[in-house]
Amino acid sequence: MNKYTLSENYLTEITDPIAIETKHLNVFYGKKQATFDANLKFPKHKITALIGASGSGKSTFLRSLNRLNDEIATVTGEIKYQDIDINRKNINVYEVRRQIGMVFQHPNPFAKSIYENIAFALRQNGMTDNLDQRVEKSLKDAALWDEVKDKLTTSALSLSGGQQQRLCIARAIAVQPDILLMDEPTSALDPISSRKIETTMQELKKNYTIIIVTHNMQQAARASDLTAFFHLGHVIEYNRTKKLFTTPKMPATEDYISGHFG
Amino acid sequence: MNKMQQRLLHPSKATRQDRFGKTISLICIGFIMILTVSIIGFIAIHGLATFFENHVSVMQFIFSSNWNPGQLGKNGQPQVGAFAMIVASFAVTLLAAILATPFAIAVALYMTELAPKRGAKMLQPVIELLVGIPSVVYGFIGLVVIVPAIRSVFGGTGFGILAGSIVLFVMILPTITSLTIDSLQQVPDHYRKASLALGATKWQTIYKVILRAALPGILTAIVFGMARAFGEALAVQMVIGNAALTPTSLTSPTATLTSQLTSQMGDTIMGTLPNNALWSLALVLLIMSVIFNLLIKVVGKRGEMKK
Amino acid sequence: MKNSVNKKAEHANQIALLIIKAMVGVVVLILMALLGYILITGIPNVSWHFLTSPSKDFGAGGGIVNELFNSVYILIITLVISCPLALGAGIYLAEFAKPSFLTNTMRTTIEVLSSLPSIVIGLFGYLVLVIKFQFDFSIISGAFALMFVNIPLLTRNTEESLKAVSHSQREAGWALGLSKWRTILKIILPAAVPGLVTGIILSAGRIFGEAAALIFTAGQSTPVISYANWNPFSSTSFLNPMRPTETLAVHIWKLNTDGITPDATQISSGASAVLIIVILSIILLSRFLGNYLYKKMSGTK
Ligand SMILES: Nc1ncnc2c1ncn2[C@@H]1O[C@H](COP(=O)(O)OP(=O)(O)OP(=O)(O)O)[C@@H](O)[C@H]1O
Ligand SMILES: [Mg+2]
Repeated sequence: MNKYTLSENYLTEITDPIAIETKHLNVFYGKKQATFDANLKFPKHKITALIGASGSGKSTFLRSLNRLNDEIATVTGEIKYQDIDINRKNINVYEVRRQIGMVFQHPNPFAKSIYENIAFALRQNGMTDNLDQRVEKSLKDAALWDEVKDKLTTSALSLSGGQQQRLCIARAIAVQPDILLMDEPTSALDPISSRKIETTMQELKKNYTIIIVTHNMQQAARASDLTAFFHLGHVIEYNRTKKLFTTPKMPATEDYISGHFG
Repeated sequence: MNKMQQRLLHPSKATRQDRFGKTISLICIGFIMILTVSIIGFIAIHGLATFFENHVSVMQFIFSSNWNPGQLGKNGQPQVGAFAMIVASFAVTLLAAILATPFAIAVALYMTELAPKRGAKMLQPVIELLVGIPSVVYGFIGLVVIVPAIRSVFGGTGFGILAGSIVLFVMILPTITSLTIDSLQQVPDHYRKASLALGATKWQTIYKVILRAALPGILTAIVFGMARAFGEALAVQMVIGNAALTPTSLTSPTATLTSQLTSQMGDTIMGTLPNNALWSLALVLLIMSVIFNLLIKVVGKRGEMKK
Repeated sequence: MKNSVNKKAEHANQIALLIIKAMVGVVVLILMALLGYILITGIPNVSWHFLTSPSKDFGAGGGIVNELFNSVYILIITLVISCPLALGAGIYLAEFAKPSFLTNTMRTTIEVLSSLPSIVIGLFGYLVLVIKFQFDFSIISGAFALMFVNIPLLTRNTEESLKAVSHSQREAGWALGLSKWRTILKIILPAAVPGLVTGIILSAGRIFGEAAALIFTAGQSTPVISYANWNPFSSTSFLNPMRPTETLAVHIWKLNTDGITPDATQISSGASAVLIIVILSIILLSRFLGNYLYKKMSGTK
């Protein structure tokens, strides 16, 4: 694994308007460093995929963006959002997370009804007007409405894994965040559900900036506009998805996408 | 500065909620800590009065068995010797633990090793019911069944350490059993498989591998049971005979620390030596329960280090 | 040679397993004998009259109506004062506490409190509540003493029930911008309800049978009270929390240590049967309710 130089990387220039950007981001779990000097810019209304081997620090990086690592890790460096460094101490993290929504690897609906899962999120954020319409719209946006419209009052836990994950997406977008972080949202799902979620993402992209972690190379190639390749906590290569997959600049990237990795 | 930046930079309702919640829950636990410390403090102060105000020597308190705090002895000294009660308390505790441990281990083994599914299903309610029966009921049964039985077999009054131990045996059985079960369940499954694969019989596996691996846990369980037995008051008080005499046999009436406290506290006047002497007994109980606690910690630590 | 060793081991194995099974049998028999004895000797003494008439100190034929009511009343007050505290403490330990010296001290304190003999807690209550604060022998003094008995159990139960709720539920809340506190109140606590309820009911069973903590705090007698007087400030009201009170468990103890009631044994066995039946029902209720709530919440119903 150590045959690649970690100090060199290729980061393409981004000229589009930027939604969020990290500068010299380092993450430590206790003494163990899991992210090294990550400098990435995520353009607005684009889907950016984060790929890399297991343990390469994709989740760690992603969870730092909405300060979800606050409890378990030390994060240094800058996260620039709305021209503010949101990685400072006196930042309102609740507002950060409100604006930067997240969908997790394992679906985690609340032990409430389908309707209530979304209505709850809306109410907690003070979006109490037109509750029914909002619930319906977000379920439609997450491509779940047709499957659940007749059983909105049943427990969310009675849904299938794929449906639960789409419910979680619906819940995340219901509160209209600015950026949507998705950590392997389809890894627990069958191919059909995965494709549905990919389609959903293409729709969502019109309104949201999406950053998605995936192990599925086809998915990254198919669904994303940009791709960042992580290796041992370092960002090795960042480029337009097409370019990264057709003409990788770094040997590690090339080996990883061709399956000759390690 | 736009609106969004404003919101990101300033505390909101959520910030206040968290501060509020953390404070409230911290107050709750702080309050509990203060109460606990004050229990220990109050009992210590009153329990030490015997020694500091009434100038009874600690040695006499522990090693003399002359308990009659209301009167001065022949030597002009108050008679505050708790030896009999201390001995009786330890005697019932140890006997009860000796009786209960084999049964507890047997039940635990049956539930985890011999018949994990059916056995556990059948015996779990048994344990829960034994825990559920209140101590006065154990005391009552001891009084109307055990004491007469001992009387008819051994003669005498039937009250005494034997009756107390039998009652406590049943009371601490579920405590030791359920903690033993926990520790047996923590023995990794591959221990069992490896041993059986080497051709060991079930009993050899249990005896040489499982019990040995679970030993720290089982010891903790026994100490827990002993702590419960040592502190149990009413059930023991009902069958021990309540005479502050050094026990001469297992069937002679005596008194434990708890039984003495229970039966005498109402009859003494605050601030007098007889009352202070009782608080000293309470202090001994308190110290013992802290010691049992430490013991559990130490044994538990040992167990962790081994793994 | 090898064979004979094996045979020997096999033989020992069978004997050992047999002994274990026999000992298990003995334990089951003990429980059955205990329950059988209490119910068979006790139930014949339980009549409508027994359940509805007051106890008598000297004459025969007393009932347990006041004791039964007192037990329930003091139990309710105990739960009302101990649940919020234990809930708060459990929330702190499960959700806010970070590994530190202070947290360790908190846990140790609660362990020490839980290992204090209840007679010691009763004596502390006597010293502080009855004498220092001059609450006298009263329901309030008793309830506070029982609170001490109850808090460690409930705190631990709260902490465990909360920790049993998957961490992903918390992250789901946080990721929506909810405060930790909101997440606890609206997501974690509701999800932990089955465990919390089971724990509270089980603790109620234990409190119901507790006597040692009460004899020097709640007292060992009940004044004449009227069930028609609903004014809790009136000294003859059954609701007056400042009156001395004798619970069912204390009554059983008292009957058997004073020896002045002629039919003490009959009354005790009847009272024991009632006590056991109430406690068994409480255990069953906790089981049933816990399962029901769990099923309801996990959507399998
Ligand atoms: N809570 C934690 N405490 C300590 N170390 C952690 C923690 N979470 C992750 N790590 C470590 O940080 C490194 C990066 O982990 P991370 O979960 O970010 O990888 P990943 O790229 O998301 O992997 P995967 O594809 O398996 O999800 C790993 O070495 C992991 O062991
Ligand atoms: Mg990951």
